[in-house]
Amino acid sequence: MVTQAFAQEAVTPTEENLDNAIDATHGEPVVGATGHDNPTAGTHATTAASEEHGSGVFPPFDPATFPSQLLWLTITFALLYLLMSRVALPRIGGILENRKALIDADLAAADASRQKTDAAIAAYEAALAEAKSKAQGIANTSRESIQADLAAKRSAVEADLTSKVTAAEARISATKTEALTHVDEIAADTAQTVVTQLIGDIPTDSIRAAVAKASKE
Amino acid sequence: MAGTDPIHQFVIQDMFPLFTVGGDGTEGSGLHFAFTNSSLFMVATVAIISLYLILSTGAKRVVPGRAQLVSELLYEFVANMVRSAAGTQGMKFFPLVFCLFAFILTANMLGMVPYFFTVTSHIIVTFALSMLVFLTVIIYGFYKNGPKFLKLFVPAGVPGYILPIVAPIEFISFMSRPISLSVRLFGNVLAGHITLKVFTGFIVTMSSLGFLGILGSALPLIMAIALTGLEFLVGAVQAYVFAVLTCMYLNDAIHPSH
Repeated sequence: MVTQAFAQEAVTPTEENLDNAIDATHGEPVVGATGHDNPTAGTHATTAASEEHGSGVFPPFDPATFPSQLLWLTITFALLYLLMSRVALPRIGGILENRKALIDADLAAADASRQKTDAAIAAYEAALAEAKSKAQGIANTSRESIQADLAAKRSAVEADLTSKVTAAEARISATKTEALTHVDEIAADTAQTVVTQLIGDIPTDSIRAAVAKASKE
Repeated sequence: MAGTDPIHQFVIQDMFPLFTVGGDGTEGSGLHFAFTNSSLFMVATVAIISLYLILSTGAKRVVPGRAQLVSELLYEFVANMVRSAAGTQGMKFFPLVFCLFAFILTANMLGMVPYFFTVTSHIIVTFALSMLVFLTVIIYGFYKNGPKFLKLFVPAGVPGYILPIVAPIEFISFMSRPISLSVRLFGNVLAGHITLKVFTGFIVTMSSLGFLGILGSALPLIMAIALTGLEFLVGAVQAYVFAVLTCMYLNDAIHPSH
């Protein structure tokens, strides 16, 4: 910049003040400023630049703003910390703990109810099993008594039948023997009739003897 | 051309001056304190966080409404983060981590509103926050562990002859934490806002060039829309990163041996 200013001074001396003023706006001290330059021009230009751009440096690196930022950061962050640690966070923590306690209590109650239900189911099943075994016993005894009764009746009936059957058999055999005694007579009659038809009259005694002879063979 | 100047948004202006400490009474000498636009947005950030959290949880409902649920989710998110990174012993630092996360997140989100100032775009703010973490770690580390805190620089299981190399590396990495922590947040927010401003500036410049310029300005417009989404993401992610790293550094103070 300064070299440029000197070079331009050599070419166009009339523009020297303008060049100096331009240099001054960049915030650099002008080494080559000559006597007839207005001494306040540089300061004025720097102030103008600082009004537009803070102190002419990149704003986040401007140390002039640090005290205010630190002061307010301290105040606001300390206030935030106080409000959070004293009011907001304990309150939210309390809400969450309260909810957790409530859920735990409900779960415990549900568990107790479940255990009660289990006990009731077990009692019911025991009663049911007892009733079943009782019913089984009753069924068994009644079946046995019925069977005994039945057996007695059947044996009575069977005995009765047997005696009837023996009587009938006796009668049948009697009838049979009686019938068998008449067989020779019937045979002799038949034979006599047949022989009479064939060859005429023959004595009954000889026919009887022939039939007896034939039935013996 | 303050309208398209990408740096103008970071300028801090005094809203009303407060007092000056030291100096000779002339302009620019001594420490000048004022209520600035940055201060206004710090106050706004704290006001939004506090009012939201306190008002939304006022009813203390067992079955939460939407507003209360957001507060509870935020609480549980940070609480889980602290618990997983620093253990249950780290829960005494939960309010600190919660404040850091909520403050940075809210400041970043506020900064995304047009014409709003972004508190975290100034290195002094992010550096102050990271120094708060750094000093907390050092003070609590020595308070709780005494000289054993220095074990942090001596990783367990490293042979003795490597220690002269490892210990200085550990020390340098420890000392550079506040710088990396602050520059990461500051750089992301600053670069994002400058990029956004440059692209939106293109729209204005191009559309003043006539019909073809208006057609062409669709390109930076699309870019600016995409960048806006990205900046919301970056704002949230950087708040999360800051909080997670804080938890990990606090874990060093609680359990110094690796």
